[in-house]
Amino acid sequence: MNVKNVYIAYTNCITPLGFDVDSNVQAIANGVSGIRLQENSTLMTAPFYAGVIDSDKLNTAFAALSDAKATRLEKMMVLALDPIIKKSGVELNAKTALILSTTKGNITVLNENAVPVPDAYLHQLAQNIVDFFGFTTQPIVVSNACVSGIMAVSVAKRLVQAGLYDNVFVISGDEVSEFVLSGFNSFQAMSDVPCKPYSANRKGVTLGEAAAAALVTINNSEAKAKIAGDGSINDANHISGPSRTGEGLVRSIESAFNEAGVTAQNIDYISAHGTATPFNDEMEAVAFNRLGLNEVPVNSLKGYYGHTLGASGLLETVIGLESMARNKVFASMGYDEPGVSQPINVLAANLDTPVNCFLKTASGFGGCNTAVVFQKVNNGR
Amino acid sequence: MEALKQELKEKIINILNLEDVQIEDVNDNDALFGDGLGLDSIDALELIVMMDKDYGIKLADPKEGKAIFQSIETMAKYISENRTK
Amino acid sequence: MADKYYITQHCSIEGSRISFNGAEFFIAPDTAFADFAKQAYRHAGIDYPKFFKMDNLSKLSFLAADLLLKDTVPDGGNNTALLFANAASSLDTDVKYNDSIIDKENYFPSPAVFVYTLPNICMGEISIKHKLYTENSFFVFEAFNPEFFANYAAILLDTNKAETVLCGWVEFFKDEYKAFVYEVAKEGSLEHTAKNIQTLYLS
Repeated sequence: MNVKNVYIAYTNCITPLGFDVDSNVQAIANGVSGIRLQENSTLMTAPFYAGVIDSDKLNTAFAALSDAKATRLEKMMVLALDPIIKKSGVELNAKTALILSTTKGNITVLNENAVPVPDAYLHQLAQNIVDFFGFTTQPIVVSNACVSGIMAVSVAKRLVQAGLYDNVFVISGDEVSEFVLSGFNSFQAMSDVPCKPYSANRKGVTLGEAAAAALVTINNSEAKAKIAGDGSINDANHISGPSRTGEGLVRSIESAFNEAGVTAQNIDYISAHGTATPFNDEMEAVAFNRLGLNEVPVNSLKGYYGHTLGASGLLETVIGLESMARNKVFASMGYDEPGVSQPINVLAANLDTPVNCFLKTASGFGGCNTAVVFQKVNNGR
Repeated sequence: MEALKQELKEKIINILNLEDVQIEDVNDNDALFGDGLGLDSIDALELIVMMDKDYGIKLADPKEGKAIFQSIETMAKYISENRTK
Repeated sequence: MADKYYITQHCSIEGSRISFNGAEFFIAPDTAFADFAKQAYRHAGIDYPKFFKMDNLSKLSFLAADLLLKDTVPDGGNNTALLFANAASSLDTDVKYNDSIIDKENYFPSPAVFVYTLPNICMGEISIKHKLYTENSFFVFEAFNPEFFANYAAILLDTNKAETVLCGWVEFFKDEYKAFVYEVAKEGSLEHTAKNIQTLYLS
């Protein structure tokens, strides 16, 4: 079969570190984290660490664009998507789709209403975004726990490859809410210090919020990378505990490698999940070792953003693509001493190194895993 | 103590939705996790919530739970010594 | 699409009734879902205590999938992908969880409820029971979307990401529910087209 190449082109992100890709990369390169101690009793009674976007800054940026009524999350998503729709010049016709990924969407509207309002539905959130920009096709929502953001990229690539669309805009976003804070807290999974992925001193998750956007396209002229292979395979082990053997992640990576026609030796960098829970980080280390990926430079960007749930996979891909374009991989913030049972090459400092091919992985509740291989084109730009 | 053990058995069956388990099936020294009642990590977290809600006992460290949640016997002992409600 | 695929079996659960390949499998008129699910579980002869810990969406999905997968051997070698979707995501459990954090004087969020506030958990439950180390993805649409199922299942099969696909529309909100789960394979007699999917969904 003649398989079409599919590319990822324009990207953007709205995070506590900045409202465009350059400001985010600048901050990360300088070792700046978006995680702060939050004292907001409407979210949690005790102070907690999280990566939270300044609402005033968000409202100001949105007001400069539109006076439409929008929820906080919708503002984040619109601001992430707007510049890349404009820059790309892609027509929003029958061959252009929107894929939206999120875990909890506008869950905060539940607080205000005993009966869920339409906005609590994820398809309504997607419809609001579609209506704002004037997409003419029905939106597709991916809601697959913490792999949602990277799975959305994989789904977009598959739909374009099958010829159903020429262009798919992917928008991913989630908010820090009382809902998720209390939930992760009930799981005893929250760290009382900013998270420290892969460290022996890690104490759990720090939550964060962000929106990220990208264009997945058949057109290679403005592409940063080819989406060369992908897989999303379940652990079949436990609904909240990661597999001790990393089975689902191993199989997801193998599936992506087979499709891309690459082996562990071709991978220059892994942008991993690294939530900083004891079991997740350990599971990843086991999986990477099983695949001979233990010497590949790896980081988790959770130390800069916290865990941004349904946004994380795409946000971390956006930064990974910058690493590829700049041939510079970033320190895994919060990492000090090795804290997993099998050796992996966690980046303790920024490193200038050629990145022609990188692997993005994520894992989440429900035993889900996603792996995607990106190969540089057009020098990453 | 006997009343507390009985109460714990009822609660555990109820809260953890152990549909096919009867109170008389649970012995005081049976292992709650692993081969015994087959409880898992989410059940353990749910027991931590129960300790707080019903007995006013806060277990900050889930590792503490391991010893306490060994059996009905160990749970009852810990609760009777530490309960605040 | 290069190849034709076929719907090999299907199951619907709605209004206290389960039908399997067009025939009535189980019915318990005027029964609320919790009781209905328990009765259906017993009727199907399932022995899986974890079932009773699941939320409504997972129970619904599990019951339907179990009928379709009952003859498969759970040895980890089965490459049946799960392609599920609905309109309400996990909103039924979201509301339940949210109710537990509204009263600040009585604030005991439940981890066992929270874990089900993600729609894909139901696929995790099915994967665990049947040892499916396979492609899983959960989508949300305003309404049943036969074109998407037809297209995406074909992609999974065309690209050899899966040998067969279990497609499921699994909707649960406030005791209103409908599950329509069917299997797509490379051989069979009823072609896997949006029109045929829609006809079975409505039947």
